Amino acid sequence: MSAFRRHWIWLLALAVLLAFPFLFYDWTKGRHSGFVLTLMSEIGVMAIFALSYNMLMGQAGLLSFGHAVLFGLGAYCAAHVVNLVKAGTIWLPTELVPLAGGLGGMFFGYVLGWLVTKQRATAFAMITMGLGELVSAAALMFMGFFGGEGGISIDRVMDTSLLGVAYTSPWQVYCLVLAWAFIAAALMQLQTQTPLGRIANATRDNFERAQFVGYDPRMVRLLQFTLSGFFAGVGGGLYVLIYEIVTFDTVSAAKSANALLAVYIGGAGGFFGPILGTIVVVLLQSGVSLLSNAWLLYVGVLFIVMVMYAPGGLIGLIFMHAPIWRIGRLRELTVPYLKALPAALLILAGFVMLVELASFTTIGAAQGKKLAIAGAVIDTGSPLPWLVAAGALGLGILWMRFAARGFRARWDALIEDARRQGVMS
Amino acid sequence: MEVFVVSLLNGLVYGMLLFMLASGLTLILSMMGVLNFAHASAYMLGAYFAFTISQHIGFWPALVIAPLLCGLIGAAIEMWGLRRVHRNGHVAELLFTFGLALIIEKVVQMTWGLLPVPYRIPELLDFPLFTIYGTHFPAYRAFMLLVSALMFGAIWLGLTRTRIGLIIQAALTHPEMASALGHNVPRIFTLVFAAGTALAGLAGVIGGNYQVTEPAMAFTMGPIVFVVVVFGGLGSLTGCFIASILMGLIQTFAVVFDVSLADLLARFGFVVTKETPFAEVLTVTLPRIGALLPFLMMVLILVFRPRGLMGTRDT
Amino acid sequence: MQPRKGLSALLGFVLALAAGGTAWAQQTIKIAYTDPLSGPFAQVGDANLKQMQYIIDFINAKGGALGKKFELVPFDNKSQPSDALIALKSATDQNMPFIMQCSGSNIAAALIEAVNKHNDRNPDNRIIYLNCGAVAPELTNEQCSFWHFRFDLHAAMKAEVMVRALPKDITKVYLINQDYLFGQSVQREVKNYLTKLRPDVQVVGDELIPLGKIKDFSPYITKIKASGAQALLTGNWGPDMNLLIKAGVDAGADLRYYTFYAHLAGGPTAIGAGGDNRVLAVMPFNENVAPEIGNAEAEAFARGFREKHKFDFSSAGFRTIFEYLQAAINKAGSLDPTKIAYAMEGLSHKDFLGFDSTMRKDDHQIVSVYFVGVFKKGVKYDAEGTGLGWGTAATVLAKDIDQPNSCKMKRPKM
Repeated sequence: MSAFRRHWIWLLALAVLLAFPFLFYDWTKGRHSGFVLTLMSEIGVMAIFALSYNMLMGQAGLLSFGHAVLFGLGAYCAAHVVNLVKAGTIWLPTELVPLAGGLGGMFFGYVLGWLVTKQRATAFAMITMGLGELVSAAALMFMGFFGGEGGISIDRVMDTSLLGVAYTSPWQVYCLVLAWAFIAAALMQLQTQTPLGRIANATRDNFERAQFVGYDPRMVRLLQFTLSGFFAGVGGGLYVLIYEIVTFDTVSAAKSANALLAVYIGGAGGFFGPILGTIVVVLLQSGVSLLSNAWLLYVGVLFIVMVMYAPGGLIGLIFMHAPIWRIGRLRELTVPYLKALPAALLILAGFVMLVELASFTTIGAAQGKKLAIAGAVIDTGSPLPWLVAAGALGLGILWMRFAARGFRARWDALIEDARRQGVMS
Repeated sequence: MEVFVVSLLNGLVYGMLLFMLASGLTLILSMMGVLNFAHASAYMLGAYFAFTISQHIGFWPALVIAPLLCGLIGAAIEMWGLRRVHRNGHVAELLFTFGLALIIEKVVQMTWGLLPVPYRIPELLDFPLFTIYGTHFPAYRAFMLLVSALMFGAIWLGLTRTRIGLIIQAALTHPEMASALGHNVPRIFTLVFAAGTALAGLAGVIGGNYQVTEPAMAFTMGPIVFVVVVFGGLGSLTGCFIASILMGLIQTFAVVFDVSLADLLARFGFVVTKETPFAEVLTVTLPRIGALLPFLMMVLILVFRPRGLMGTRDT
Repeated sequence: MQPRKGLSALLGFVLALAAGGTAWAQQTIKIAYTDPLSGPFAQVGDANLKQMQYIIDFINAKGGALGKKFELVPFDNKSQPSDALIALKSATDQNMPFIMQCSGSNIAAALIEAVNKHNDRNPDNRIIYLNCGAVAPELTNEQCSFWHFRFDLHAAMKAEVMVRALPKDITKVYLINQDYLFGQSVQREVKNYLTKLRPDVQVVGDELIPLGKIKDFSPYITKIKASGAQALLTGNWGPDMNLLIKAGVDAGADLRYYTFYAHLAGGPTAIGAGGDNRVLAVMPFNENVAPEIGNAEAEAFARGFREKHKFDFSSAGFRTIFEYLQAAINKAGSLDPTKIAYAMEGLSHKDFLGFDSTMRKDDHQIVSVYFVGVFKKGVKYDAEGTGLGWGTAATVLAKDIDQPNSCKMKRPKM
């Protein structure tokens, strides 16, 4: 029972994730929405990837610009293994393909790690950046291992499933991704409590002291890098199963940047931060990009807002409420939040509308699109929509300033109370 | 001989362009520790500003106005953005500039369109300066050399001969000490960031028509600038200068030598055939990877000498 | 206040998704179109999208197919295969019968594989992949698929067009290509057709360059000059081509540049007046073809786009795609992708310029007329306001480039 109490959050998450795709189930045709399932599988893979990145950034304080190299190389290994299995050379259950990717990632993690972990801080970052560029260039040049531009494609239906599942439908793959995501996340969380995980923290916080105590920081970095390579490789193996192809863009700098962004937006501090961040990043990338050409601008603005106002990431924002929750007065924040909500919505609406109008008049119009809100086509030539948007933005900012004052007063009072009751850490 | 002389000149021109871009970044990175991903965006902005200005009042005013505009933007970014972010750590600063780079790219696309703009070399300089072994050496390239050499001189004089330069130099190597001595370090930061951005803008003005002015130019120029700065070493303008020229020359001369590892091995009596393991890697010729050599060199130098070529402290 | 804001954005997004997910009554024939629409390569998708939209409006005005109108649904793939595959899922969710993609053979290869598997696994929800510009020869040879139709000549055919257009006085050529699948196949095929068709031509140099990494091409020009080449043959695109030609023009090299892609959006601007009578491009269409052959109707069609968008109409060849679709759907008498695919293969067509083309049955590769244009002054329609435009230097008819293929097509049951 106590085990259940401690782990209920995992079970709840699992139940929600299994149920969620059914919201989009097409009952008339009796099939799942492939788009939603693929998107959620993508989130699962990227969450593993981001968590493995956090083993470097959050735990060991190592800023890497080339983490996708491990992800991608793991994916290439998994793809080759699947093709060997398909050809009958070796036998491996479909369910264990991500493990093959993981071992590949671990191997390259050790080999490349031997090189990059010689340094730390900025030098480490720049070495990983250089390696990332080199590997992604090599992925295009060499046909043998990387398959050139066309990449390596596989067929995930190989009749070697332990559970007798064919893996023809995205739903089956999604379940496999979920299972692996939970296993990987649990293992990574356990790893944070092992001696290695703790020492990694120590080398992050006080590099010299850890050295004096007698640990070889280079060895700690190498082990951490190798392990992180394993989990990135597991993600790569799952990527192969979802898309049934692996191409050079899996090792690219853009992929590496995604991990960094997910971890930072979610928050490197808490274990679940990167998962939250991944959800936001993937939805922005694969969801909002369908709605707007200007999605990259929104991503940019989101980063800037985050680094300026919420350096702890989303998880940091949530944790800020912890002391107030502990004194049981979280409810008192409802009204101030509700007061600020319309202001936030106004700012959001005004800003999005301005950007969309500008983007539309310069690029979208010529593409034959029509800017429409709720079916009503908007004439971008007339000044009215611009005025409305600017007005909403201005009003929102004024309102927000006003609401923020009240909010701050309440917030400070509650925090003060929490401090007095001694629940502030 | 013919190829050698022409390649030397070309390598020099490209190296000097790299230096113009990298010198600003080296100041920013060494002094503020900011991995400024928006630096190449300033380069792009410089080129676009120059394009618009040269359409209205000509290239020569643009040469002055565009870098100044970039510098102003840089100062604004530092004062209202970076300074706030500074206390949240270096990763936050890096992501801030990354977000900025995304925004600038989109704004450029919305303002000037998605296609390259016809930013041309001014007619006054559009003639071959001299012809060497039948190859023209355009006057504009000589002009680029001149501008970058003047810039190098100006920065060097500014850093060594002026009071503010001396403070900057002090802050470059010992930032804490400089502020402990009572210098207004935030104002120096703003100044350095603005100057660095203006230098990138200047590089854009004279590089934009030598290359192609398009929304992707920041994206493609970004990584190589970091390589030059890190290779040259933090805190050393001379190191940055040498690294730029070296990178320019290496990339130029790599094209000339058609050799591969397989050729090298053949000298020692080891013949590479299609069956040899890693034959694909061994038979890659130098020109094929010429443009990747800077990255390789950066990785190697950082592994064995983390302070770079002439850096004053570890990267 | 941040979490609220994020949450509301999320909620709005989920609602929008749900709205998008509900199947609309099939009023139109939807074509999912996926190419980069954002980021540094956005101009590729942007230029294609504009021209296709113009063509679709024209085709719809002529009645569409089966009384229904065509509708293009753009998906941004950011040049990433994984995003293209997500777009494919989205298209099949909404029962769109077609997905179209133009740029990048890596994405094309991924799409072919994915469409094959999807159609095998979901016989009731099939989709056809229309390839409007990914030109790796493998796609209609080793990798050929019943569901894939390519509406552009592949690299080997373009190479043959280029070699055929090489004037007799050129006997020394230099090859520069990008070091990846496409560049490597251009390199291979150009050499192949040079030995076959022009044994008198000597290849004096042959280089591969890393994709998009080189910022200064002057050293290559020096090397080319030293080799004594008269013409430079290249499959480069984007900055790798623009900078190469620019460097050559600046150095005053006495060269002719035979390219695959100099005519695409952005190329003429980057090359400028220095390329006069030096730069040639292998192209499916240019606006001066119609006035040159005296086809007033085609000229008016192309001019319409120019007047509407103040921009060149370089890809009017896309019109052939939609005319094929129209013909195939009408012939099949249904919107069932399997029937349409059967109707489309082997279809012949006279394009709006009056040239014949065929969608070959055995490999689903179009064979159509192709032009080699030369960038010069004094043409009727200039390119990108440079004052120079593309005049036709050579016309290669479909029957001359009907190359053999190695496709072993597997066909499903009707």
